[in-house]
Amino acid sequence: MNKKASLGQRLCAAPHILWSAIFIVVPLLMVVYYAFTDASGAFSLEGIRRLSDYTTTFLRSLWFGIIATIICLVIAYPLAYVISQLKVKSQAVTIMLVMVPMWMNFLLRTYSWMTLLEDSGVINNILGKLGIGPFHMINTGGAVILGMVYNFLPYMILPIYTVMTKLDHSLIEAAQDLGANKLRVIRDVVMPSTRSGVISGITMVFVPSVSTFYISQKLGGGSFSLIGDVIEMQFQVSNNFNFGASLSFVLMILILICIAVMNRFGEKDENGGVII
Amino acid sequence: MKRRTGASSMVYLCLVLLFLYLPIFLLIVLSFNGTNSTSVMRGFSFKWYYELFHDDATIQAFYNTIVLAVTSAVTATFIGTLAAIGIDKMKKGLRKTTIMTVTDIPMMNPEIVTGVSMMLLFVFIGSILGMNGVLGFWTLFIAHVTFSLPYVILNVLPKLRQTDHNIFEAARDLGCTQISAFFKVVLPSILPGIFSGLIMAFTLSLDDFIISYFVSGPRFQTLPIRIFSMTKKRVTPDMYALSTLMFVTILVLLILVNVFQNKSDSSKKKEVGSDV
Amino acid sequence: MFKKLASVFMSIALLMVCVTPLYASAAGQKASEDLRGTELNVYNWGEYISDGSEGTLNVNAEFEKETGIKVNYTTFDSNENMYNKIKGGGANYDIVVPSDYMIERMINEGLLEKIDMSNIPNYKNIMPQYKNLYFDPANEYSVPYNVGMVGMIYNTKMVKGTPDSWNLMWDKDYAGQILMFNNSRDAFGITQCLLGIDLNTNDSEDWHRAYDKLKEQKPLVQSYVMDDVYNKMEGGEAAVAAYYAGDYLTMHDNNPDLAFVYPKEGTNIFVDSLCIPASCQNKRGAELYINYLLREDIALANAEYLCYATPNQAVLDNPDYSLKDEKILYPDAQDMPKTQYYHNLPPQTLMLMTSLWDNLKIEGNNDDKSIYIGLASFVAIVAAYSIYRAVRKKRRESMY
Repeated sequence: MNKKASLGQRLCAAPHILWSAIFIVVPLLMVVYYAFTDASGAFSLEGIRRLSDYTTTFLRSLWFGIIATIICLVIAYPLAYVISQLKVKSQAVTIMLVMVPMWMNFLLRTYSWMTLLEDSGVINNILGKLGIGPFHMINTGGAVILGMVYNFLPYMILPIYTVMTKLDHSLIEAAQDLGANKLRVIRDVVMPSTRSGVISGITMVFVPSVSTFYISQKLGGGSFSLIGDVIEMQFQVSNNFNFGASLSFVLMILILICIAVMNRFGEKDENGGVII
Repeated sequence: MKRRTGASSMVYLCLVLLFLYLPIFLLIVLSFNGTNSTSVMRGFSFKWYYELFHDDATIQAFYNTIVLAVTSAVTATFIGTLAAIGIDKMKKGLRKTTIMTVTDIPMMNPEIVTGVSMMLLFVFIGSILGMNGVLGFWTLFIAHVTFSLPYVILNVLPKLRQTDHNIFEAARDLGCTQISAFFKVVLPSILPGIFSGLIMAFTLSLDDFIISYFVSGPRFQTLPIRIFSMTKKRVTPDMYALSTLMFVTILVLLILVNVFQNKSDSSKKKEVGSDV
Repeated sequence: MFKKLASVFMSIALLMVCVTPLYASAAGQKASEDLRGTELNVYNWGEYISDGSEGTLNVNAEFEKETGIKVNYTTFDSNENMYNKIKGGGANYDIVVPSDYMIERMINEGLLEKIDMSNIPNYKNIMPQYKNLYFDPANEYSVPYNVGMVGMIYNTKMVKGTPDSWNLMWDKDYAGQILMFNNSRDAFGITQCLLGIDLNTNDSEDWHRAYDKLKEQKPLVQSYVMDDVYNKMEGGEAAVAAYYAGDYLTMHDNNPDLAFVYPKEGTNIFVDSLCIPASCQNKRGAELYINYLLREDIALANAEYLCYATPNQAVLDNPDYSLKDEKILYPDAQDMPKTQYYHNLPPQTLMLMTSLWDNLKIEGNNDDKSIYIGLASFVAIVAAYSIYRAVRKKRRESMY
């Protein structure tokens, strides 16, 4: 079979390659350039040095991101399983119901949580009527994590659900026939074959959670900051592009390391072969 | 083969859905508020819907958002589809891996870093050319096309792999030119992928805030950016009215699509997951 | 419309081809009729103009109707935020509304354009005490828009007695119910007033003292806010907040339990003025706009809507002006609090302030330890799991 690509076919990718080079690669080089220069454009490690002041902020962001991701996984995994066991028609409807909230503006949804969580907000009002509380929820780390879980949960449900629908049921039955109990079936059959969905779910929740700035501003009350807040501040308020770029650079590296570590657990080779 | 889902699973499903919809319900209820508070419900009125249609800036922002989403989604779909064809024809190797990796960067990178990097590029180019105010429609357009591209490619590429190359060869043997063979054979079979890529690009553009926040200028404001500047001060319920309208529209559209799909291919195997 | 926005760099960007009519060049010094169809980028504080909501006058729409100039109106929430945008150069604006000290800084750095006062006949409406102010002694760069003072807003249902001192914001009885400014200058300003330090001190010792005081306050603060103060105070979420007097009146309309006081230690007075940035693309339009905002009917609509004190004599003389006797805006001479303007700080002091402020914001919370412990245990679990997997894999391999 003649699989040699014609010139025309090879040219097809050219606009995209050009576009990616100019608008993906060059901007990242700009970040690196700014990260290692000072305001006058001279080489400087000042930005990198100052990073040490923000170690806690980095660690806090990572920690919140990890917790939010774990909570999402714990909620989403059984949920995806439940959905995949529904009738085909109800599956489509349920998945649609999971997706619809993502179409709403995420700023407004987060803002709406503020109203729910406030000391005199809706939840405390209802609890008060029942004679419980009030609880102080807004402006705590818990509120920020809740915001992350709320906003990114669908990103965890969808990929896991997708691999679950492709699950080979004869395998499960075979395992059962061979005498495996429920736990064993889940551990040895269901979990390994859904791993790719879990990995992409984790990536899709972890990355935006670590780098968010809006959620922490609204639900965290600005009294503690995440790395996204600091970056946003450098670019929007403090006018320190260089330091902002240093922070972005390190954030990017950190996240790439996290993804790489995670992909090691995935192991199974995805076709396409993306190196990270 | 499918077991009946237990009551506890259904309760769990409903609880998660309640969690996802709670803030949206609150938002809808408050859009009918009699006062301008977004926390306390006093009286019932349609006045915020009236206000909404008289708020020129919001209408303009909404219009801008749609224009941007349509143009960027169409462009991204065009470039992305071409790129997918080109990439599909490439031999496995460093070249292909590099291109795929670069393509995936906007998907893997935190949005804030993508936004910041593009802003640095635009501002830098602007300062080289000695012009103030490069940030505007075109910078938003470029950014939106860039972050939509990987999603389009990811949707089209699998469809291309599924296409039977022999049919293409057969068409060539029967006297079709390369181009007409492409349009007659390949295009119809990858059309669903192109379409879901387009929809996804459109949705992403519609809802994007973080990247837009860094690359937008005063002359071209999108709805998320306007909402953001409002959440800094006070969100008036007309925003809630707007999102209620959007919510209802999306719901109706999705229901229509669902009904339509069920009618047309109730027997066809469903495919979920790629159209997030 | 957006075709106009096509930027030059697109053509630089290698093979990209695009049609780029550049920005409408300055229309020249002809009649204002020429400006019809041009655009004006106005960059103002959030909720700082009468916007037509609930039956008020929509100032921008009215201007567009009268002149045919399209107004692109965007907002910022702090002077530093605005300065950053202007300095960054990514976006260009024709009108900005900085406060006094920021005007001084922007003039020093050449970021502002001189205004041709002969194009602004309504400048005569500005009261003499708001002319020739320290930051613009010759009235070349700025036209006063609003005047205000910082004070303390408190909820009478939550605060005992009638407070008269900034000390209330450091009172442990109200821990978790205090809202502090989320901008360095104002936050330090309050602290300096309380400590009796000059607001414009250059002594780093003074700034460190203020910083220590702010650090002392941090555990008591519910959150650092700017414009979100509205919802929080109106909703009864917090007992006390420091904010601008004019905004208090708006909040009071929505929650009558709120009260306001100028603390006895003194406070900051500020003048927000209309200015034209040096990067302005439509200077004549900008001057037209400034003149329009000073017109009696427009200024009156704004004064009623914003509830800020107006520097406009014509408004004050207007019998329809309802806030004329509002003592919070226009205190009698004997009740006038001690006030100080902010001045532009020299670069070293500015840097000191910024870094102290950054430190305050990232300063360790008490949950720091748990973060370290949590992260460490997480890493340990991941490591243990991967070792377990490796061992299991080996064992299986040896089994088969």
